[in-house]
Amino acid sequence: MSVHELSASELIAQLNAGEITSTELTRACLDRIERYDDRVQAFLQVGAESALEQAQAIDQKRKQKQPVGPLAGLPVGIKDLLCTQGVVTTCGSKMLEHFRPPYDATVIARLKQADAVLLGRLNLDEFAMGGSCENSAYFPTRNPWDLERIPGGSSGGSAAAVAAGMLPLTLGTDTGGSIRLPAGLCGVTGLKPSYGRVSRYGLVAFASSLDQIGPFGQTAEDCALALEVIAGHDPHDSTSVAQPVPAYRAALRQPLEGLRLGIVREHFGEGLDAEVEKAVREALRVYESLGAKLVDISLPHAKYGVAVYYLIAPCEASSNLARYDGAHYGHRTDEKAMHKQLAEERAVLQAAGNERGLGQLDSALVRMYRASRAEGFGAEVKRRIMLGTYALSAGYYDAYYLKALRVRRLIRQDFDEAFRQVDLIAGPVSAAPAFRIGEKADDPLSMYLVDLYTVSANLAGIAGISVPCGISQSGLPIGLQLQAPAFGEEKLLAGAHLYQQATDWHRRRPQLP
Amino acid sequence: MSETSYDIVIGLEIHVQLLTASKLFCGCSTKFGAPPNTQTCPVCTGMPGSLPVMNRRAFELGLRTALALNCQIAPFTKWDRKNYYYPDLPKGYQISQFDLPFSSEGWLEISDPKGKIEPRRIGIIRAHLEEDAGKSMHDEAAGQADSRIDLNRTGTPLLEIVSKPDMRSPAEAKAFLTELKLLLTYLEVSDCNMQEGSLRVDANVNLHIPTPDGKIATPIVEIKNMNSFRAVERALTYEAARQYEVWQETGQKIGDIPKQTRGWDDVANITRGQRHKEESSDYRYFPDPDLVPVTVTEATVADARAALGELPAALRTRLEATFGLTPYDSDVIVNQGKRGVEYFLELATHSGDGKLASNWFQQDVLRTLTEQKIEIDQFGLRPERLAGLLQKVRGKEIDTSRAREVFAAMATSQKSAAEVMAELGIVQVDESQLVELCRELLAANPKIVADIKEGRGKAAGALIGQAKKKNPNVNPGRLMEICLELAQGM
Repeated sequence: MSVHELSASELIAQLNAGEITSTELTRACLDRIERYDDRVQAFLQVGAESALEQAQAIDQKRKQKQPVGPLAGLPVGIKDLLCTQGVVTTCGSKMLEHFRPPYDATVIARLKQADAVLLGRLNLDEFAMGGSCENSAYFPTRNPWDLERIPGGSSGGSAAAVAAGMLPLTLGTDTGGSIRLPAGLCGVTGLKPSYGRVSRYGLVAFASSLDQIGPFGQTAEDCALALEVIAGHDPHDSTSVAQPVPAYRAALRQPLEGLRLGIVREHFGEGLDAEVEKAVREALRVYESLGAKLVDISLPHAKYGVAVYYLIAPCEASSNLARYDGAHYGHRTDEKAMHKQLAEERAVLQAAGNERGLGQLDSALVRMYRASRAEGFGAEVKRRIMLGTYALSAGYYDAYYLKALRVRRLIRQDFDEAFRQVDLIAGPVSAAPAFRIGEKADDPLSMYLVDLYTVSANLAGIAGISVPCGISQSGLPIGLQLQAPAFGEEKLLAGAHLYQQATDWHRRRPQLP
Repeated sequence: MSETSYDIVIGLEIHVQLLTASKLFCGCSTKFGAPPNTQTCPVCTGMPGSLPVMNRRAFELGLRTALALNCQIAPFTKWDRKNYYYPDLPKGYQISQFDLPFSSEGWLEISDPKGKIEPRRIGIIRAHLEEDAGKSMHDEAAGQADSRIDLNRTGTPLLEIVSKPDMRSPAEAKAFLTELKLLLTYLEVSDCNMQEGSLRVDANVNLHIPTPDGKIATPIVEIKNMNSFRAVERALTYEAARQYEVWQETGQKIGDIPKQTRGWDDVANITRGQRHKEESSDYRYFPDPDLVPVTVTEATVADARAALGELPAALRTRLEATFGLTPYDSDVIVNQGKRGVEYFLELATHSGDGKLASNWFQQDVLRTLTEQKIEIDQFGLRPERLAGLLQKVRGKEIDTSRAREVFAAMATSQKSAAEVMAELGIVQVDESQLVELCRELLAANPKIVADIKEGRGKAAGALIGQAKKKNPNVNPGRLMEICLELAQGM
């Protein structure tokens, strides 16, 4: 097997055994990126020189028998939403095209401490808003299984890079399904940890109460390896939880006899693609054959998930994105042109003696705000800012935001109830395999429905993982989603690992031209 | 119509910077006066991805203040975002408290030792915590509309205290502010420096005017830009008169026009209307998802209450009860702050005479502090030593005017009263010596003797100067007593 077919865990073992050096591995990744990324377009930026320097330093460390971290020498890619000191962090937006954060996100600091090789910045929907990676202000990333199709989003670059064998491990973020969906559509394994498990410090906020950072790899074991590094309480994030970080890799081998697997009645209704249903049901049979017990359960409020999500997330986003106003950093409109236009408009009104018109002219400051934001943000970001601004406005707050919070509580209670009967919940990640680029571009509502099976986990704060469970007739991956109660990552990963020990869907790789 | 024909209704909003070492949601220093933008970090400059973490110390100082203002403490409180755009607000929202402030429903008693206003309780609607914004400096010299932003202040903890509209005169508003500032000083929660902006006051004011058709209220006006308590008093006085005039002209009542904001011009002594906002602001408050709600246990409240110490109102009562001081005297002493009161208490205890201690403290100690421009802590004459002098005054070993000479010498040395008196040759004049001296003086001044006998006792005062020349240590009071007695018998 060539290195790009090996999982992160296997590569770490080889690195530790001295069978391969980090420099060789890093070079192999860079070569593959060089060869395929002009078509996949997973990367916004590749830091070849810096990656090789890091790799050499770690090889040196190993050579000198110095202690090394758990990810020593492993090339890792970062969704371009996680602040890295001095490295341009665009968030997929023109607004932050040249923005270099003055600090490291906590997960970045932890990766560095674990001796990972930070190799590049991965594409995403602008500010993580989207399910297809088409909303990147730079270019859409393509699905390595079919370059005419979307990789899923928002962490599309992170999923595609692993699927194309360009990187063994990447980080993404998941606000409504942004890790699990692209993992499912790209045939890789992607973990969304419980809310509070991983520090959000340095994750450029989309919706603060839903955002969570998680890894992509080939296997659940890869995700366990990464989670051990990035999880844990952070004094810089009040919402990160002070719970000890279990040894997730060791927990993979826990016996799972009698595992109770919840099958959600509502997941198998109208709209679910027949091939997806077949693959998921087949996966469930595999679990049964491994001794799991399937339990029929109901999440009665899950059907409101998308509606609730598209109130809460835009509300928080409208406030989180207020800081991009051109005043302190990021894109600012051409002020000269703006002042010139203002002066012209003023002159016209003055000549006409239009006092009322003069009084209604926006100040230069307001014009600077308006123009900077109009130019810096893409259509989807603007749509969500408007939705959120509207929903939080006086007179609408109770009907929209407050009601959404109440339903969110009901959704959480559904899960609490369900997890009294089952250990994990299993079902589809998405209703259908990857769609074609541009297919839903004019239909934001149907685009929002791609989050149907994933948003509830974010609303409830629970953990979820997407594992490959089939290939459609047209050759596209199909994902199985497992969900666990909050801070139930050990059993979640063990459950996914159990399946991957019995199947080889996660070993399937696309044939790149 | 006379001034008394309407009621002035005043409510105050006070922003107090809390004396924490670091900001409300990050570790940056809150020290005033550093070069612009040197006390900032990714959190207080609102960098993408940064997150706030609550400063527990700020919460403790807020809690202490709220308890001293007799507020109810909420067992559960949260943080909300107040969304608006301004260059000195880098996140585009201010973290504040909206519908669940940590404290509410309190009061502060105001009184006036000179009796100009009746003592009464002014209600407190709420006190909540929030972060301060930065400072904008607009330099529009030479037509260049150049604005500069200093974010050092951004994120400094503020306690916003909102009073009920319970004040009925500018004097009451000033009394409220004075008492509040004193309380905050005692609590050591703020330095209350209005010049540096650590205490800021906005006032809401309108009039209730009785008319034949019943009482009407004028539109409420918010006054800003008042940089001293005196300015508050003057602005309110001006604004009340202005509103009355406007009402006479237009008959406008509350609700007829939107709430107006006016700025106080301290030079022109007038309030000016501030730029009218086209639409009323909608801050789109919602709970800040980056911060966890705060639960306050009864034990926490009990501990904070126990640690409050003696507050001004209680201290005044104690000084009056223990030492028989007048409300005026107790007020002057308590207004000196904790250290001043401690000084007085030691002086009173060691001298054994509270009233005498009060006089010396107010007249001599405070005067010296003013002259030397020092704080009581820096005053070298500590109360135990000064008490030694007061004991001698009390025992009539020395008269007040000579005691002042001794005080002056004691203030610049480390010597005791007795040592200074010995140096100055101040010894108590023996009673028989004094009687002898009086006889001499009376014999030499028959006119004065005659005057005394005719009931003009004051005439004996002329003898004091003569006596002092013969012996500077004579006690004038005792001298007068003896002279009067002897003259009657002559």
